[in-house]
Amino acid sequence: MPSEPAPPRGPFDVAIVGGGVVGCALARRFALAGAAVVLMEKAPDILDGASKGNSAILHTGFDAPPGSLEAACIAEGYREYEEIHARLGLPLIRSGALVVAWSDEQEAALPSLMEQARANGVSDVAPLTRDETLALEPNLAPSLRASFRVPREGLIDPWSAPLAYLTQAMAHGAEVLRGCAVQGGTREGDLWRLDTTRGDVSARLVINAAGLYGDLLDEALIGRRDFTIRPRRGQFVVYDKPAAALAGHILLPVPTALTKGIVVCRTAWGNLLVGPTAEEQEDRATAPLDHATLDALRAKGEEILPALAGHDVTAVYAGLRPATEEKDYRIKVHEGGSYVTVGGIRSTGLSAALGIAAHVLRLAEEAGHGWQAPNEVAWPRMRNISVAAPRDHESAGNGGIVCHCEQVTRREIEAALSGPLPARSLAGLKRRTRVTMGRCQGFHCSGPLARMTAGAFDTPMAGNG
Amino acid sequence: MADLPSKVDVAIVGGGPAGLAAATELRRLRAGRVLVIEREAEAGGVPRHCGHSPYGLREFGRPMLGPGYARALVARAEAAGAQLATGVSVTALSDGPRLTVTSEAGTGEIAARLVLLTTGIRETTRAGRMIGGTKPGGVLTTGGLQGLVYGAGLRPFRRPVILGTELVAFSAILTCRHAGIRPVAMVEPGARITARHPAGLLPRLLGIPLHLGTELAAIEGRERVEAVVLRSGGAERRLAADGVIVTGRFRPEATLSREGGLTYDPATGGPEVDEFGRTSDPAIFAAGNLLRPVETAGWCWAEGRAVARAMARALAGELPPPAARRVARAGALAWVVPQRIAGGGSPALGTLQVRAARAASGRLSLSVDGHETAARALRALPERRMLLPLPAGTGLPEVRLVAAP
Ligand SMILES: Cc1cc2nc3c(=O)[nH]c(=O)nc-3n(C[C@H](O)[C@H](O)[C@H](O)COP(=O)(O)OP(=O)(O)OC[C@H]3O[C@@H](n4cnc5c(N)ncnc54)[C@H](O)[C@@H]3O)c2cc1C
Ligand SMILES: Cc1cc2nc3c(=O)[nH]c(=O)nc-3n(C[C@H](O)[C@H](O)[C@H](O)COP(=O)(O)OP(=O)(O)OC[C@H]3O[C@@H](n4cnc5c(N)ncnc54)[C@H](O)[C@@H]3O)c2cc1C
Repeated sequence: MPSEPAPPRGPFDVAIVGGGVVGCALARRFALAGAAVVLMEKAPDILDGASKGNSAILHTGFDAPPGSLEAACIAEGYREYEEIHARLGLPLIRSGALVVAWSDEQEAALPSLMEQARANGVSDVAPLTRDETLALEPNLAPSLRASFRVPREGLIDPWSAPLAYLTQAMAHGAEVLRGCAVQGGTREGDLWRLDTTRGDVSARLVINAAGLYGDLLDEALIGRRDFTIRPRRGQFVVYDKPAAALAGHILLPVPTALTKGIVVCRTAWGNLLVGPTAEEQEDRATAPLDHATLDALRAKGEEILPALAGHDVTAVYAGLRPATEEKDYRIKVHEGGSYVTVGGIRSTGLSAALGIAAHVLRLAEEAGHGWQAPNEVAWPRMRNISVAAPRDHESAGNGGIVCHCEQVTRREIEAALSGPLPARSLAGLKRRTRVTMGRCQGFHCSGPLARMTAGAFDTPMAGNG
Repeated sequence: MADLPSKVDVAIVGGGPAGLAAATELRRLRAGRVLVIEREAEAGGVPRHCGHSPYGLREFGRPMLGPGYARALVARAEAAGAQLATGVSVTALSDGPRLTVTSEAGTGEIAARLVLLTTGIRETTRAGRMIGGTKPGGVLTTGGLQGLVYGAGLRPFRRPVILGTELVAFSAILTCRHAGIRPVAMVEPGARITARHPAGLLPRLLGIPLHLGTELAAIEGRERVEAVVLRSGGAERRLAADGVIVTGRFRPEATLSREGGLTYDPATGGPEVDEFGRTSDPAIFAAGNLLRPVETAGWCWAEGRAVARAMARALAGELPPPAARRVARAGALAWVVPQRIAGGGSPALGTLQVRAARAASGRLSLSVDGHETAARALRALPERRMLLPLPAGTGLPEVRLVAAP
């Protein structure tokens, strides 16, 4: 169906390409600085790329390369999250982490890892003997050698957080264009004119936060790329809620040069996850699951926590890290200060996003951009869907529970289908509310849910993924 | 929580066939105030969405469609004077026994002299089976499919693949037929159809190709299912399909009992019970499919009624004290119910129910203190009902399936 060309939009002060956690944090930071912001996301909803599936850990950065931009952004991001989370209604479960050694070699590596942590400003790490470790985590396999504790590593909700950042940006006037892919652009005077699938959008400053497509967007807009994205897949298995009682801390292995390794930890929703793998792949769009790999993850989980053996797996998923040929983030100002690439935010972007945003704002200010910050800051509150605070179903007028496994109420679903950034797909609704994400995956609730969402989605509900 | 009592004699969690049968029987036996707590807007359990026969043969003496059967069970329980609280979920079980409940009105607590858990089962999902590939829309369990077809009048796909050949897979076929959906294949990892004759004739009758000895290795597609990858005999091939129905491999809905600290049997996936349906907390009973995967509605109904009788005796202080005599299991057996024997006669679960872990021909034998008390030769197939008499006496019982050489 041919449609009218959309009228040009703008000029905006700042155009952000990409609605992952990094783009959402950037939108917030620049909107709070007083800029007129537009965020463009090619998918029907935000959080459709790398930010779709991660381990949901708020890292302290204890194991980051000291002196790296990544280390600095994680530290700053952590601090800001800690400061603002309560005002936005976001959880922070201060579980702490244990880095556990299972061999002589790994045990020998612990002191230098603690040294590295201190160099990164994480000075509260503490060594634990085998017995001390087992006293803290009695379900760990007794074959462990020793560990150290990182008290401030925590668990957060990886979807509510970016949603909160963007909602706060919108409360400060930011515009969000979903289903809007940036295809190219030119500079005319001091304005960029971006060619998008929803018409022309003009802005003074363009920020590339395109995640797994960052290199391609650089090529399309500035005609060159400083890095190449090499998607690195991470698969996970998620256990049902009773398994969450088996581990209080985030259980980390001794990292290798390639990866942080297989983690066992609770989630903010009260499940237990085991993952991720680290597998290079070409495809940037989909992260396929592999039965044998999932089986191996299960076995690995049971090696670490033997009691996991009797527990049900309720979900499996995979995410893609936007890795590049280098370890550190690829953040760079181009085109006389009118364009910033925020690329290669590989495996710590959830923790670092707020810090990255603050860093990029400073770069923009150094490049001569400046705005008048608003006098009052709005703090929209997210509905809590984590185990860290009371849930909606506990208060009156909730409309009754629709999804029993995750205890999602009618009122929560209705709220997610309306408001400033309504869910427009089942995937979007799941990320906002967790409907159908529990142990039955829609066995019980698909009927009522289909009735409730009739007309709300671009493609009507055809079952769970 | 205006109209919910804070104290009852018996609280029944789950208003499916087992819970409703128990409520009716408890009222008939004058057990006092009986409350059935059901989280859905209507009681009736799984049959509410099974718009096909056969239900009700044992209970009403005639074949009925699921929804009519569910309504009839509800009417009986209400006529007997049981109180039904729908739209109320039980979220926690604590000592007392006490139930934490939540509803449109928020949370509350209910104390009961005895509790009966009849929370039923669910199917193992695509995730639980750890099927590979992408995660598009259009992958459903039979329960999910029935919710969409009978519950919301939708047709989620047109040409799906059906995974599994337990009885419920044939329920999926009937549901597809009802909605004008034409399955392109039925896929079974095992060497033969799991369900009993004559259900196995259905795919052939309807022209649905049946692939035995075949795994569903992966699902393809981004927004919607586009194809599946089938693996058999080391070879893989792609089959175009727009949906997947993942059927069977039932798991008891046991999270509540597990989080409530009741002894859990990893073999059945449900709480451990003795022959009175009593769990490791003597004030908490269990019946229906929560006890094991999976039985027919008629079986669950009869089991609910029988456990209700034991509960009436418990209220009157007439049940023998719980005992820790465990039924040991040996050979190719998947599980045994009841798991413990108290002794003392008049059991609610009148037989030992066992299931084979895999197809095997051989001898099923029951011994007490090493002396065989019952045995029979059989050809055991997974998911088929096998029964033995309850062990008598006070010795330690063992059930064994010895495969023939
Ligand atoms: C397995 C795994 C585990 C992880 N665990 C953790 C963890 O525990 N803690 C942590 O802090 N981090 C973790 N991470 C890292 C974190 O998830 C990423 O760093 C982060 O999601 C990167 O976000 P992003 O916004 O840069 O990219 P994305 O989320 O990919 O966002 C980019 C967006 O841009 C859009 N886009 C692309 N091109 C265009 C275009 N041309 N026009 C419009 N839109 C476009 C995409 O659709 C996408 O939505 C993990 C990552 C993975 C994969
Ligand atoms: C697709 C399908 C087709 C079938 N077809 C047939 C057939 O043709 N003939 C036949 O005889 N049998 C059939 N069966 C089996 C039959 O439906 C079951 O055996 C029967 O429903 C089991 O009864 P139940 O009471 O144990 O559990 P259910 O019927 O599962 O009822 C359990 C109830 O407990 C409620 N509940 C669970 N947790 C809570 C909680 N925490 N708080 C409050 N309420 C809760 C649930 O909402 C549900 O209503 C079929 C099953 C399925 C899945």
